[in-house]
Amino acid sequence: MAALDGFRDQLVQVVLYDGRVIVGKLKGNDNFCNLILSDSVEREYSSDKGVEMIPLGLYMIKGDNIALIGQVDEDKDGSLDYSEVMAEPLAEIRY
Amino acid sequence: MLIFSFFKTLTDQVITVELKNDLCITGTLKSVDQFLNIRLDGIRVEDPERHPHMLAVKNVFIRGSVVRYVRMAARAVDTTLLEDATRREAHNTGK
Repeated sequence: MAALDGFRDQLVQVVLYDGRVIVGKLKGNDNFCNLILSDSVEREYSSDKGVEMIPLGLYMIKGDNIALIGQVDEDKDGSLDYSEVMAEPLAEIRY
Repeated sequence: MLIFSFFKTLTDQVITVELKNDLCITGTLKSVDQFLNIRLDGIRVEDPERHPHMLAVKNVFIRGSVVRYVRMAARAVDTTLLEDATRREAHNTGK
């Protein structure tokens, strides 16, 4: 998909239909938005404690489940202290 | 097809996309495709206190199927032209 060309080999943040957030390096994608992420980590947000990082490793995500793909600014990401960030998890996609 | 063409005319304008998980993202429209997938650059989230999930994200690719609304400046749209085009399309597809 042309719109994703610039994201290849970059750190991306994927938001899924159920509201989960997965960050990893984009290794491949196709026209169906299927993705391959390496060294991926799930970021679990909660309102009473900081963001929990759950390592997932190499992941293939089927395009059907994807709501959004964001290109992460690695400098900014490195400067944020996620153990201090508290928020409700993102809501699931409702029709 | 008409709405796809309409979104193409908004390229390089600042628009706000509201997703079906209530997240509102403002950014510069960089590209749109036939599924109305949207690529936004230089994004910011409407309520970063409630949604800090996108703090380190600069550019996003939004899947067309998760978009609830797109808000744009009134001056970005030639409503008379759009009305004519929609009537013409309705007339042509009705046959």
